[in-house]
Amino acid sequence: MKRNSWSDYQKQIADDHYYYARSCIRQNFFPGSEKAFIDILHDDLGRDLLDDPKHSSCTGIGYHSDIVPLETIMTVVARQFALMTEAGYEHFVSSCITSFGIYSEILATWAEFPETEERTREYLYKATGREFRKPTSLAHTSDIIFHFREQIAQKAKYRLVNVATGEPLRVVEHIGCHYAKIFPKSGIGGSEFPYVLAGMIESWGGECVDYPERRHCCGFGFRNYLVQANRGYSIANSQKKLESMAPYKPDFIVANCPGCTMFLDKWQYAIAEMEGTTYGEGGHGIPVLTYEEMAGLVLGYDPWKLGMQMHQVDVEPLLNKMGIEYDPAAKYLGRNGKFIGKPASAVVNCCATDTVYDIRE
Amino acid sequence: MKRAIIIGGGIAGMQTALQLKSQGIESLIVERESELGGKLRDWHVLFPSFTPAADVLSEMRHKIHATGIEILFSAQVADFSATEVRLADGRTLGCDAVVVATGFSLFDAKIKEEYGYGIYDNVFTSADVERMLNEGRVTKADGTTPKRIAFLHCVGSRDEKVCQSHCSKVCCITGVKQAMEMKRLFPDADVFNFYMDIRMFGPGYEELYREAQLKHNIHFVRGRISEAGPTIDGRLQIKAEDTLTGRPLRMSIDMLVLLVGMRANDDNTRFAATTGLQQAPSGFLAPRDLFLSNVKSPVAGIFYAGAVSAPKSIGEVINDGSAAASAVAEYLNA
Repeated sequence: MKRNSWSDYQKQIADDHYYYARSCIRQNFFPGSEKAFIDILHDDLGRDLLDDPKHSSCTGIGYHSDIVPLETIMTVVARQFALMTEAGYEHFVSSCITSFGIYSEILATWAEFPETEERTREYLYKATGREFRKPTSLAHTSDIIFHFREQIAQKAKYRLVNVATGEPLRVVEHIGCHYAKIFPKSGIGGSEFPYVLAGMIESWGGECVDYPERRHCCGFGFRNYLVQANRGYSIANSQKKLESMAPYKPDFIVANCPGCTMFLDKWQYAIAEMEGTTYGEGGHGIPVLTYEEMAGLVLGYDPWKLGMQMHQVDVEPLLNKMGIEYDPAAKYLGRNGKFIGKPASAVVNCCATDTVYDIRE
Repeated sequence: MKRAIIIGGGIAGMQTALQLKSQGIESLIVERESELGGKLRDWHVLFPSFTPAADVLSEMRHKIHATGIEILFSAQVADFSATEVRLADGRTLGCDAVVVATGFSLFDAKIKEEYGYGIYDNVFTSADVERMLNEGRVTKADGTTPKRIAFLHCVGSRDEKVCQSHCSKVCCITGVKQAMEMKRLFPDADVFNFYMDIRMFGPGYEELYREAQLKHNIHFVRGRISEAGPTIDGRLQIKAEDTLTGRPLRMSIDMLVLLVGMRANDDNTRFAATTGLQQAPSGFLAPRDLFLSNVKSPVAGIFYAGAVSAPKSIGEVINDGSAAASAVAEYLNA
């Protein structure tokens, strides 16, 4: 796929000293990813990053659901910036695409309507006594991984290559609506031909798959799943994408956004149970990874320490293709070897879940 | 003897020079390319009569050469006033009046990234189609024959997202004309035009639009295409909304033709800043008024001819050249 337009969209990405804002939901969906990001920054890249326990949710989901007013979310965001300022940092890094969109939108609103920034400063001071400086750079965590993609490639233990055939792995990348569709210039490569994930894939030996519904929403869309009656819209969107990408036989999907990663993974289970349809090899599902998990695998992190046993679709076929050494029997052992439980067998899964885990249990 | 300098040797500049000559006024055409004709050199046939562009161009070139009008080729204009034109190479040319006939620029379709121009092989612009028609070889990128072709109107026109709010005026009829040419080349192909409005303002245009539908079975869908993507068999998938039925649609096609708009030249801003000219909100150079002085600039001795002041058809541009010549003659003879 030609992506000759991505270089038109360049953004300033700081090289060090990041203030890290976690996601509300990623730690439930893909619990090892944020830890992997911190470890990669600290241990592999030697960068300074503050994982500040004092910061809160950005309240983005409430904002998009019309239960958190604009003034409130602006004040919450201002508090995050105040914490960053107090900690002596100026490069704000968000782990969540929704939050990244929120921060981008609010900074743009303050730039366009300075009176709203003044009002927010007043609200924050009255409520908390805090003051803040706006970040000198705002990045999503995938921007940071992209920024260091060549350094990661140099340290790579594995590549996105099928060790049996020597062929590049075929990867579907999905950046999420709020990464660049709101502000195309905030995203690497813009919104139509984004390069943030594609750049990682190419640097690490893989090959991106372009397919008809590449730009379509994953179906996360807040009102689609928050309102139970609308969940059909959510799964219909995911189904449309999966139907569209399946003929290209992707080896895995990598997604940018907490919601996209979860829904593209878990709706595969729902579709298989509802209709008996699966989209991956051998009648099973297509593994879905976060970009931290992809980076972690490339760097040689243990897949179970990355939290990949929490995926709906088993990742073992991908691990085998990449030639990654792992202990299949350790899949459902958590920290300190404690058994964390295992899911029931499902159509989208390809790995046996019996015997070995029961023995350890 | 008084002399006018005409900046630009396209159709507007050529017609201005010819009309000035007929009124006994000498002119010098300053052309940045190595030949006359401007964008008409790349056009195949002209709407609504399907007259070969080469016929119009060769006749005008012949007249220019026959009358001995002076031409300076490969000359870039740095700036100018009513009494002198300074070239980028440092030369200064004296004159008594200047006619700005620098035309327009084609909208760069790559800016509308969602259509994948420059990325997907079978996405073309209307200018590409004219070139292919001139070369006598219209095919898909792999050399095969298209079976379904979609034209998209208003690419870079009436689009605030790309700062081109104006109507480029000629794209609607160009879409009809090119669709008919495609249908003549590929009678079995399905040809679609996706539009938001069809503006058939000129003589014979509406008739051509009806003929396209009635005789050639060309389909017109009122709705914009939102994006183009690849299909696994090397075709393109487009998404659009048919606003007459109120339904979204997806369609697989072999060729997507983007009817690119006319945008103001980047030079206009520099010319306006250094010469005291004014730009319309569209970026085109604004005439002194739109009725009685529509080929005169706000600066005495500087005139406009052709699409430098607004999107125009070839016929209108030729008329504009004549009108500008009359205004120059009136100015110089005053």
